[in-house]
Amino acid sequence: MALDKQTVARVARLARIHTNDDQLDALARQLSNILGWIEQLREVDTDQTAPMTSVAEMTLAMREDRVTDGAYPEKVLANAPVRTDDFYTVPKVVE
Amino acid sequence: MTALVEGRTGEWEVVIGLEVHAQVVSQAKLFSGAPTAFGAEPNSQVSLIDAAMPGMLPVINEECVRQAVRTGLGLNAKINRHSVFDRKNYFYPDLPQGYQISQYKQPIVGEGTVTVDLPDGEARDVGIERLHLEQDAGKSVHDRDPRNSLIDLNRAGVALMEIVSKPDLRSADEAGAYLTKLRAILRYLGTCDGNMEQGSMRADVNVSVRRPGEPLGTRCEMKNVNSIRFVKQAIEYEARRQIEIIEDGGSIAQETRLFDPDRGETRPMRAKEEAHDYRYFPDPDLLPLELSEAFVDELRAALPELPDVKKARFMVDYGLSAYDANVLVAERETAAFFEAVVAGGRDPKTAANWVISNLFGSLNREDKTIAESPVSAEQLGGLLDLLADKTISGRIAKDVFDEMFKTGKDSAEIVEEKGLKQITDTGAIETVIEQIIADNPKQADQYRSGNTKVAGWFTGQAMRATQGKANPQLVNEILKDKLG
Repeated sequence: MALDKQTVARVARLARIHTNDDQLDALARQLSNILGWIEQLREVDTDQTAPMTSVAEMTLAMREDRVTDGAYPEKVLANAPVRTDDFYTVPKVVE
Repeated sequence: MTALVEGRTGEWEVVIGLEVHAQVVSQAKLFSGAPTAFGAEPNSQVSLIDAAMPGMLPVINEECVRQAVRTGLGLNAKINRHSVFDRKNYFYPDLPQGYQISQYKQPIVGEGTVTVDLPDGEARDVGIERLHLEQDAGKSVHDRDPRNSLIDLNRAGVALMEIVSKPDLRSADEAGAYLTKLRAILRYLGTCDGNMEQGSMRADVNVSVRRPGEPLGTRCEMKNVNSIRFVKQAIEYEARRQIEIIEDGGSIAQETRLFDPDRGETRPMRAKEEAHDYRYFPDPDLLPLELSEAFVDELRAALPELPDVKKARFMVDYGLSAYDANVLVAERETAAFFEAVVAGGRDPKTAANWVISNLFGSLNREDKTIAESPVSAEQLGGLLDLLADKTISGRIAKDVFDEMFKTGKDSAEIVEEKGLKQITDTGAIETVIEQIIADNPKQADQYRSGNTKVAGWFTGQAMRATQGKANPQLVNEILKDKLG
């Protein structure tokens, strides 16, 4: 399966990765190669095989319902480029 | 029964499906140990996991899983003992991870049913499509700064249950009744507090219209509607809008719209550059959620009695009407209050009347909940005992109740203090009546000459003379005797 330039540009935009127009052809080629390899894997008959979601032979670990964390807004906001009181501050987003 | 809407060119059927986001009652968040309490200082209930700092790993809160299973059982739904968490990818400032952990193809709960009580007294089954667990996002504040939005992540990572109905609803009233019932079930189960003002229950409303019998039309979705009244208004407006467009020869574009409660209308949300493409995939940080049969059975065994079963029991055991039973079981606390009043063998119908008419009336007037009632169930029971053994008359009982509601005192104390005991002493009543007859010879003559209507007037006089304390039955008997 070959990806065209538009698709690559779209995927980049969805992932918020900036790409210049002159990079798109090369990216399309590289991504198409990866997809080609995945497609090759798909030739293996997996009809009777359950999807493997992990290599670990264990079930999901659970935590007790207890408050053990939080109450440190300074730590949480330490890397905020802009803040107002204890809020993160971002350019206006309005729906 | 299908409610059709009349357009200019004939009848239309409105088709509604609801996605309800219900905040799970838990101490800590779905994947972190930060607290969930409402109304805390901004970003004070945020762990480094919720803030999506690099290297943080989510660990699921077992109680949130239990709450989802309990809810599924309460909705008579299939519990999926194998379910999977996926990443739903999108960028928004209140979603620091860049994805929401949700469940996509394999939710924890599958198909179920809610029996909805319609305003006309009918009951109808509404299908549940699924219920899945997911993280809530943070909160954006847009009105504090003209140029910027402020982000509070306290809510980020709190567990939500998304409960998706089938498109089984056909009118705003049905949608309202469905939400009311769903809310009652969640509150009975204790899995969501159902507080719509605080946002712990919000609905996405899907509406389409079609000619009866035709395939489904194109739907529009109104996001995050936060009261039952607004849900109903949004449906009414949206159905009307779609019918007008189609009748004018246009067609409906599938879109997300915003309901504006101030104007009572819906309008398109700012067009997104890109149609949403969430690129779901299984979250590699989380293994599939496997539940043992014992885990589910234990929760099933511990479920409380739910509204439908309680209503049926109230009708059978207490002989209540469907209407009274419905009103009493609408809230778990109300039903418990009623049962505490009838405990000890008091007459259930009288108790239901007093709870519904007098207590609810007074609570509504003062905007109080049953938990804040100044009159306890035991105290109301005490008043009913005084009424039953004829210590006080029905009219006096209402006054005593008002006094109890005002002061929180016991009925016996008020009756004693104010000397409100019913006069059942025949001699005392006879004296009063003889006096009235002697003072009003004209009315007495009218009565004797066959005008029995004045009997009522005499009863009134006797009651007034005794400040309402005379036993009305005795008064009537004695009157008949003296005037006959």
